[in-house]
Amino acid sequence: MLKKAFVAVSGLAALAASGGAHALAWYFQSPGSKLAQDIDHLHQYVMWLIIVIFVGVFGFMFYACWAHRKSKGHPAEQFHENTTVEILWTVIPAIILVIIAWPVTKVVIAQKDTSSPDLTIKVTGYQWKWGYDYIKGEGEGISFVSMLATPREQITGDAPKGENYLLEVDHPLVVPVNKKVRVITTAADVIHSWWVPAFGAKQDAIPGFLRDLWFRPEVTGTFRSQCVELCGKEHGFMPIVVQVVSQDDYTKWVAQQKKGGGEDAAKQWQPQELIARGQKTYEGTCAACHGMKGEGNAAIKAPALAGSKTVTGAKEGHIDTVLNGRPGTAMAPFGQQMSDTDIAAVISYERSSWGNKSGIVQPAEVKARRK
Amino acid sequence: MSTIVDTHDHGHGHEHHDHHGPYSGLMRWVTTTNHKDIGTLYLWFAGFMFFVGGLAALGIRLELFHPGLQYLNPDFYNQLVTSHGLIMIFGAIMPAFVGFANWQIPMMIGAPDMAFARLNNWSFWLLPFAATLLIAAYFMPGGAPGTGWTLYSPLSVQQGMGMDFTIFAVHILGMSSILGSINIITTILNLRAPGMTMMKLPMFCWTWLITAYLLVAAMPVLAGAVTMTLTDRHFGTTFFNAAGGGDPVLYQHIFWFFGHPEVYIIALPAFGVISQVIPAFSRKPLFGYASMVYATSAIAILSFIVWAHHMYTVGMPVTGQLFFMYATTLIAVPTGVKVFNWVATMWKGSLTFETPMLWACGFLFMFTLGGFTGLVLALVPIDIQLHDTYYVVAHFHYVMVAGAMFAAFAGIYFWLPKWIGRMYNETLGQWHFWLTLIFFNMIFFVQHFLGMAGMPRRIPDYPLIFQTWNEISSIGALGFALTQLLFLYNLFTTISRGEKAPQMPWEGADSLDWTHLPTPAPYHTFETQPVVK
Repeated sequence: MLKKAFVAVSGLAALAASGGAHALAWYFQSPGSKLAQDIDHLHQYVMWLIIVIFVGVFGFMFYACWAHRKSKGHPAEQFHENTTVEILWTVIPAIILVIIAWPVTKVVIAQKDTSSPDLTIKVTGYQWKWGYDYIKGEGEGISFVSMLATPREQITGDAPKGENYLLEVDHPLVVPVNKKVRVITTAADVIHSWWVPAFGAKQDAIPGFLRDLWFRPEVTGTFRSQCVELCGKEHGFMPIVVQVVSQDDYTKWVAQQKKGGGEDAAKQWQPQELIARGQKTYEGTCAACHGMKGEGNAAIKAPALAGSKTVTGAKEGHIDTVLNGRPGTAMAPFGQQMSDTDIAAVISYERSSWGNKSGIVQPAEVKARRK
Repeated sequence: MSTIVDTHDHGHGHEHHDHHGPYSGLMRWVTTTNHKDIGTLYLWFAGFMFFVGGLAALGIRLELFHPGLQYLNPDFYNQLVTSHGLIMIFGAIMPAFVGFANWQIPMMIGAPDMAFARLNNWSFWLLPFAATLLIAAYFMPGGAPGTGWTLYSPLSVQQGMGMDFTIFAVHILGMSSILGSINIITTILNLRAPGMTMMKLPMFCWTWLITAYLLVAAMPVLAGAVTMTLTDRHFGTTFFNAAGGGDPVLYQHIFWFFGHPEVYIIALPAFGVISQVIPAFSRKPLFGYASMVYATSAIAILSFIVWAHHMYTVGMPVTGQLFFMYATTLIAVPTGVKVFNWVATMWKGSLTFETPMLWACGFLFMFTLGGFTGLVLALVPIDIQLHDTYYVVAHFHYVMVAGAMFAAFAGIYFWLPKWIGRMYNETLGQWHFWLTLIFFNMIFFVQHFLGMAGMPRRIPDYPLIFQTWNEISSIGALGFALTQLLFLYNLFTTISRGEKAPQMPWEGADSLDWTHLPTPAPYHTFETQPVVK
């Protein structure tokens, strides 16, 4: 009933807004799993109760405001207690709460049941991107980092904003439809929170701890969301995108990842190729702190890379810094998140930009410095 | 009536042979031990901080007017979010109600002053130093903390020196609150006029008594949480760092063990003000006085066992989630009792709607709406969808702004004549109310939609589907801010050239301050305590 009313209103809103660029989003994303559907139903059920109570209680208030005014000559009666009424309006709300609690409890228990999943994926929150590791089930061993794909120019207003502004990533999480997916969350630095509204799935990612949630997507498609726990400067810029595909497509995707996933670290790259690739990585990963032009950010103690001793010094020191981070500072270790090729690319870019001329680094050199 | 004349004589007599009267000029305010002066200081301080916190909010709404980053960088945006919360809660709302307590409690219970007059002076004068630290954080390397007012670890460990300033500010604010609370508890328990039994206390004093106990119990917990953050930052402890055997979620448990009572620390005095205003303008005694006292106590006790409903997404075991859910929904029962009692007080009264009553009705209606969204958020599965979205932002602003702030305005318009002996401009007061109500809903009602559609809190930029609501919200914020200037204008003109207030501006008011004291109340009142029958 309420749902129908909601749909009718949102339809009108969409119609009204269709002349403009975007429809008004004002209710939950349409559910992509039974759990999300159940939550949606609970919400409607509770909202109905609330609306009825609200109208009832304030019906009395507005009636009094209208009928019991001094200007209408209403005399003030002096009653000030009535035990029966007072007991009634203590007991009845308590009963209503029990009526609400019953169906809700069932959903809480279902939501917490992460047992016997078909696929287990570890999600790691980093400032400011997500790491995905397929740790059990089909696709085991696949591992990648997913970060914002919206170009900086769109954010700063130098380019028109695309349809999925701030909701697009370079590597979405891919899962098969109708399979129970268990997600284990953790984080590398501060607390993040992983959320896919269409699956009713939200869980904080806490550094040093493992927590889990589950979802079973029932429709294929792309589902979008964002990090929902304030995690520092770029909190608003680490979206979550999940692609739900058919079992066949999933098998194909896994095969493709297994084949193309491991890039050949022995490959010798042309400097321009490496630098071009490094620029992308730099702007996505490093620029948030070190600046688009390598100028650094004194406010958060991120040093300038233009003319930096590390960047213009020996390659080994530069590689070690990116691989292992700088303990005691905000510089994180990137060795686990990035491939040899990506690290070589970003180092080459840094060493060849903003006046730095200290040569490029090949993936093999990065590989040699690991461990 | 004879009592009134009696007090008059006392006031005059006092002026004549007063050999240790207040200093004049600035020193009067620095050295004052008079509860009325200190109440005034609290209220001006709160008013000032209300506008400072409001500026931060305007910065936030300006950046959110359109998608994209236009005016603020994300770092500074996060700092504004943090300051807005801390300043509004600790700098504006709490001091405002302590101001009311200072002015009203002695006059309502027939006491000559607060129990600890010098302590009272110190409680206030700690505040400007705390506020200075909070704001000075902006000028430190790295700026103010960008963690949100909850100061969650480990994000708080990453912050610059501004974080340490904020921690010390919180310490000082906590100290001020605890000292003020001790004073309020002692005053109410010991300085009541003969014959004023506990069950004859005006409801405002009851709610403040209970609030003071909450403060004494909760503020040290906050001090502990931020002190642990401080030692984690500088002295090598690892309370909140898993690498050293700590747990970041421990911080949240400690913080919210303070944080949830804090919600009622803010709400209960507001309930108290409303419980004075509604009977006065209904010309009818408060309905269910005893059940009001019990309900307030029940809310206070429950507030200590519901804290983890702020943390449903940290990954608690299912039994934990269920316990905190049941306990939280239980709060709806005593809160419901209060709302029903207020409506029953109005029922068959003889109602008039001067400005204080408008704010009280606005409070009743809007606060209940915030209470209902609180019930929605108490339910674990629904909260999982709404946690850390704008729905939560909308919810707590209905409680903090339409709850606490509306009640504060009701109190100011209600008691201003008693305090300064002049009447505010009724027309302007009513405009202030209606415009605030409209703009408030423009800002916050639409944020329910934003939250349900999935907009996270504390983000400086957002996907395009959220644009329309954010535009409405930002326009509402501008209107809201301008409307408060109207209040300032009304306030200043009232103080400088307002009409003289009659002895009894409100027919239905029946506490000692109205029945036994002249308007305006003289500097010293109740040097001889009245006898209450």
